[in-house]
Amino acid sequence: MKRIILAAAAAALGIGAALTAVNAQQKLKIGFMYVGPVGDMGYSYQHDVGRKAIEAAYGDKVETTFLENVSEGPDAERAIEQLVRAGNKLIFTTSFGFMDATVKVAKKYPNVMFEHATGYKREKNLATYSGRFYEGRYIQGVIAAKMSKTGVLGYIGSFPIPEVVSGINAMLLGAQSVRPDMKVKIIWVNTWYDPGKEADAAKALADQGADVITQHTDSPAAIQMAEQRKIFAFGQDSDMIKFGPHAQLTGIVESWGPYYTERVKLALDGKWTSGDFWGGLASKTVTMAPFTNMPDDVKKLATDTEAAIASGKLHPFKCPVLAQDGKPVECKGGTHLDDGQILGMNFYIKGIDDKLPGN
Amino acid sequence: MELVEAILLTVITASTPLLLAASGELVVERAGVLNLGIEGMMIIGAACGFAAAFTTGSVFIGALCGIAAGAALAGVFAALTLGLAANQVASGLALTILGVGLSGLIGTSYIGQKIVGAAHLHIPYLSDLPFVGKMVFGQDAFVYVSVALIAAIWYFLYRTRPGLVLRSVGDNHASAHALGYPVLKIRTLAVLFGGACAGLGGAYLPLAYTPFWVSGMTAGRGWIALALVVFASWMPWRLLIGAYLFGGITILQLHAQATGLGIPSQLMSSLPYLATVIVLVVISWMRGKAGSPAPASLGLAFVPDR
Repeated sequence: MKRIILAAAAAALGIGAALTAVNAQQKLKIGFMYVGPVGDMGYSYQHDVGRKAIEAAYGDKVETTFLENVSEGPDAERAIEQLVRAGNKLIFTTSFGFMDATVKVAKKYPNVMFEHATGYKREKNLATYSGRFYEGRYIQGVIAAKMSKTGVLGYIGSFPIPEVVSGINAMLLGAQSVRPDMKVKIIWVNTWYDPGKEADAAKALADQGADVITQHTDSPAAIQMAEQRKIFAFGQDSDMIKFGPHAQLTGIVESWGPYYTERVKLALDGKWTSGDFWGGLASKTVTMAPFTNMPDDVKKLATDTEAAIASGKLHPFKCPVLAQDGKPVECKGGTHLDDGQILGMNFYIKGIDDKLPGN
Repeated sequence: MELVEAILLTVITASTPLLLAASGELVVERAGVLNLGIEGMMIIGAACGFAAAFTTGSVFIGALCGIAAGAALAGVFAALTLGLAANQVASGLALTILGVGLSGLIGTSYIGQKIVGAAHLHIPYLSDLPFVGKMVFGQDAFVYVSVALIAAIWYFLYRTRPGLVLRSVGDNHASAHALGYPVLKIRTLAVLFGGACAGLGGAYLPLAYTPFWVSGMTAGRGWIALALVVFASWMPWRLLIGAYLFGGITILQLHAQATGLGIPSQLMSSLPYLATVIVLVVISWMRGKAGSPAPASLGLAFVPDR
């Protein structure tokens, strides 16, 4: 429904833009496309925070619009076209599943600048960007190993794609660095977003002995459940301390504002070029929510780990990384796994007594 | 044993919203109307229920508002399909889209807010009994209402005269009309009741299941409720069993994963739907043999001659 209204509004804007061509010339129109509702309090919400940062930084020079709840697949292409026809000159598509649609539309409109989050296909007018979330996961693992009494972590996964798998591995590597016998129990809920099911998964993990819960899904349900069960959990995408004032240890907060404002500045100056950006703790694309509900020594360890990763002294996937069968994984990055290996990660590391779905 | 108790407790909470929404739809379909808008009515019930509970601080008022909102949206459906004899399938789908959009709008200012969830019953001694205590005497009001609702619907449909009339309207609206029964009035009441139940089922999510509001939080439960009614072959008690079975499989597959049993989660998640497909096949087979359990006038528009 909302999309239909937006489409009508977009059409109206198109006519308006034609009539006041002079005005439209001065303003850079920027379009965003989200996979979820901006009200998910998680992934799409954080991208929208980034959009608002653009508006705050450039005020009258820009005009931003967004389409929310766009499903991945054929519908995405139509939605991107809509954004183009509405006169947007810089378009951000923020979900992995929008990749092929974005490529298609980008080829059709060479004068429009496109940016696609978490993908790997680029064009002259299509840049990609993503976050090194695994860096935050490693810190979470360190904290979890210190705080867990049972020695069992619970991990709620969405889909077994490399981004999620590398998160699980990084978390356990962090945990093993403190306590080599740490275990992780993994539940795949096969959805990015179903608060009820996420809560059920958290309950199941807690019932099976996990006392620190991590999620790679988009709602605060798991952390709220942890609060009720008086165990620990981590926020995901945004600071979720409100939902677990006694449960949240920290959280991985994505902060797209700096990247978005930087790219918009380049576009305004006419210096925008395609490229690939993968920002982590160092560029503050990934930041950690305050370290809470833990003793000072754990807090210090977490802060030190964060600083070490940000400065490049510590790499979460430093070699040797042992695969499930105990054999070391080929070390393509010299002292650590290279970006390609992390982006395509499709194996569990040693210490996970589970089978990766589809393998 | 403790783990079994924990699993069963989770199954009950996971099944309750399905059961509430599906029991309303069962009555609607028994009256011969197919309302595909359960998802829309659930989410609007969730949004309004949360908004009311957050503003007043009372879960009870929230539940009432959820019921009212679901019924109000069902009223739109009734006006379209019964008043104007519009296509029920198309109207139902439109109702879902409308409900999802509207709930997002209503919920905008409540995003990221949380409330204290529905209280659980506690009877000294009884609730502390091992194993059964928490399960039977320690639930929230929604759970008791959902079970009582099934009993009431069964009694109404099979033991009262108005229930018999409602079933006859669903099976042959022309005959019911010829006998002088107000077909459209009965159907309207059934549709409103269905909306109220869906609204309550939806409200259960932000009021008891996960006490916060985020848009789209019903996440397809309305469609599962729809499948459940078919699975139950329109029988109230089978619906109760079906809802707990659906909820049970969902929860069990989560536990199966956590213990690392190695059964593909996708396969287990699809089991309830597979069961529904099998039931559908059986139903269509029965149509040839002894007559289908589906209400014969299901989904057909009725325009009384004047």
